[in-house]
Amino acid sequence: MGGFLRRHKHAVPYLLLAPGLLWLTVFYVLPGFQMFMTSLWSGTLETGYEFALSNVSNYTEALTRFWPQFSRSILYGAAATALTFAISYPLAYTIAFRGGRYKNLLLFLVVAPFFTSFLLRTVSWTIILGDTGILLGPLKEIGVLPAEFQLLSTPIAVVAGITYNFLPFMTLPIYVSLEKIDKRLVEAAEDLFATSFGAFRRITLPLSLPGIFAGSLLTFIPAMGDYVNAELLGNTETTMIGNVIQNQFLTQNNYPTASALSFILMAGILIAVAVYARLLGTDELTAGGV
Amino acid sequence: MLAASEPFVTSSRPCSLQSEANVPTVDVKLVDVVKRFGDAVAVDHINLEVMDGEFFSLLGPSGCGKTTTLRMIGGFEEPTSGLIELQGQDVTWLPPYRRNVNTVFQNYALFPHLTIYENVAFGLRRQGVSDPELKSRVHEMLALVELSGFDARKPTQISGGQAQRVALARALINKPAVLLLDEPLGALDLKLRKQMQVELKRIQQEVGITFVYVTHDQEEAMTMSDRIAVMNRGRYEQLGEPEVLYERPTTRFVAGFLGISNLLPGTVGAADGSYAAVRLADDTTVRAPKSLFVADRSGVSVGVRPEKIRMHEQSAEPPAGHNQLSGTVRDASYIGVSTQYIVEARGGAQIMVYEQNVERATKAELWAPGESVRLSWSPDHTFVVTDDEGAAAAAPR
Ligand SMILES: Nc1ncnc2c1ncn2[C@@H]1O[C@H](COP(=O)(O)OP(=O)(O)OP(=O)(O)O)[C@@H](O)[C@H]1O
Ligand SMILES: [Mg+2]
Repeated sequence: MGGFLRRHKHAVPYLLLAPGLLWLTVFYVLPGFQMFMTSLWSGTLETGYEFALSNVSNYTEALTRFWPQFSRSILYGAAATALTFAISYPLAYTIAFRGGRYKNLLLFLVVAPFFTSFLLRTVSWTIILGDTGILLGPLKEIGVLPAEFQLLSTPIAVVAGITYNFLPFMTLPIYVSLEKIDKRLVEAAEDLFATSFGAFRRITLPLSLPGIFAGSLLTFIPAMGDYVNAELLGNTETTMIGNVIQNQFLTQNNYPTASALSFILMAGILIAVAVYARLLGTDELTAGGV
Repeated sequence: MLAASEPFVTSSRPCSLQSEANVPTVDVKLVDVVKRFGDAVAVDHINLEVMDGEFFSLLGPSGCGKTTTLRMIGGFEEPTSGLIELQGQDVTWLPPYRRNVNTVFQNYALFPHLTIYENVAFGLRRQGVSDPELKSRVHEMLALVELSGFDARKPTQISGGQAQRVALARALINKPAVLLLDEPLGALDLKLRKQMQVELKRIQQEVGITFVYVTHDQEEAMTMSDRIAVMNRGRYEQLGEPEVLYERPTTRFVAGFLGISNLLPGTVGAADGSYAAVRLADDTTVRAPKSLFVADRSGVSVGVRPEKIRMHEQSAEPPAGHNQLSGTVRDASYIGVSTQYIVEARGGAQIMVYEQNVERATKAELWAPGESVRLSWSPDHTFVVTDDEGAAAAAPR
């Protein structure tokens, strides 16, 4: 074996890639193709399905019919991403620069909720945000809030749930990129007459952009496709595209529409990511000159 | 407050770079500065004055507190106690960006996401200098460090020596009162190092800015500095011009850190004229300049550099008034330009002697191991070190 590898050095990268490629082919490319075919079907479960290219109208119909849910998903996803960023950056910054010997403990605490199931954690938010729950109950009792005030079953609860559930996906990449920054660069900036905030803006922030980029993708993409939070914490007016797809697939058995929706979602995310990458990746943004 | 009368001012010449003003002004002043990290004392009651336009070096072994001292001057570290003044202003508690000093960091600390141009322009931009002036000053500075045309490169796209010069340019462009350099040549190979030493010295003379330079390389400090403070364990043991430190070290540590020394313990005897006698272990008496002795100290060591010693036949009569020792050659190593001998003196001390290969150059002419020789050197080349390192540090002469 060793001899073979030595004689065929060029084969090594392919061998290393092989398991991953195989995995992707079996579990991503093939189902993806299958789903693409499905999205061009017509018919129902009872009558049977028929493939035709003209069924591309599935896409336009799905988009028109479910546009409100699409735009809502984008809105909620973006809001949750912005919120996770607002919470994560100071958190990651503090752990990276002020954590001292508690660094690892603090990082553990960030991921600790992951040891509980996603569903359980979301359900427990219904208790926290409930109309007479531990948050609103006391406030209503002392009369700070009117009795009819609600958090649960509102968009706020959905966005809060998504924010909570995806927080570590934002915190960890930002932490990693901050941790990598040579502290002497900040000192050098301060030496060159930048104030503490100036040094942050010119040095720390631009150098942590890769982490921000990775973190916001890791949050935004699953947040947009999420349906659990909207299902458990929202109402009928807060359904997201994920709920629609789930409903079409599992309840309505409308496989073509569900597949078309999935593809539209995927395409939308890809375009959004490409635009975002261009924005963050350009020299103007990272050079931070003027 | 000018400190010309302070006890710790050395007897050094007035700073040579002061052409117009006849009284040199003090640029950096440390008064009784202490820095502790927890229980560890990194800097232990340091008093220093660096003159305007001076090339001042902090020299010492690893961990002696050089970087910590520099960082306190730069404002990156607050002293536990003591006072730091820059050009007469107390800056002890000012943040780095409020101090008129700039630093060349040991690893250069160039901003990796900015071009060379933006790296160099960074300080000026923060001070609000804008474009026509900014551009011309950056280009002028890049020309000074011979990096014209490198504007658009990123720090990852230049060599170590070039990065070093960018770091220098980035600091110098701000025309600071004082430039702090922490082992700026540490990462370069020997040849480039030598080249950059000359370069740095040229630039320093050209811009006339005070340099405080940290190094653990004694040769580097000697070639570049106007004055050197030799540090050991958080204090400096001696402060002075390179020749003084080399010719007249006052402590065992300094004598050993700067070059090779032969140190012979003895007791102080009577003075005669401008010399005082020291009786060595083997009962011979040598003389050294009287001014080098610290009052009320009888146990001392006299020292002499290996190249100052002459070797003679046992029967020969050395120059009158010279110090003499008899001994036996134990080892001879021929290294081309000179031959290095180890001579065992009668008292048992091993003495290192370097002899230029002028009169004796061939194998047959060199002294051979086993031969009896007489060593001699001038009393003026004799220095005196106190044996207690700690006590000497307090009073550099
Ligand atoms: N942040 C710190 N925390 C604790 N101890 C420190 C810290 N910085 C320095 N020290 C200690 O202070 C002493 C002096 O350190 P310093 O960095 O000034 O040495 P140095 O002379 O620059 O050495 P080198 O030549 O190795 O760079 C060392 O014993 C070091 O371990
Ligand atoms: Mg150091």
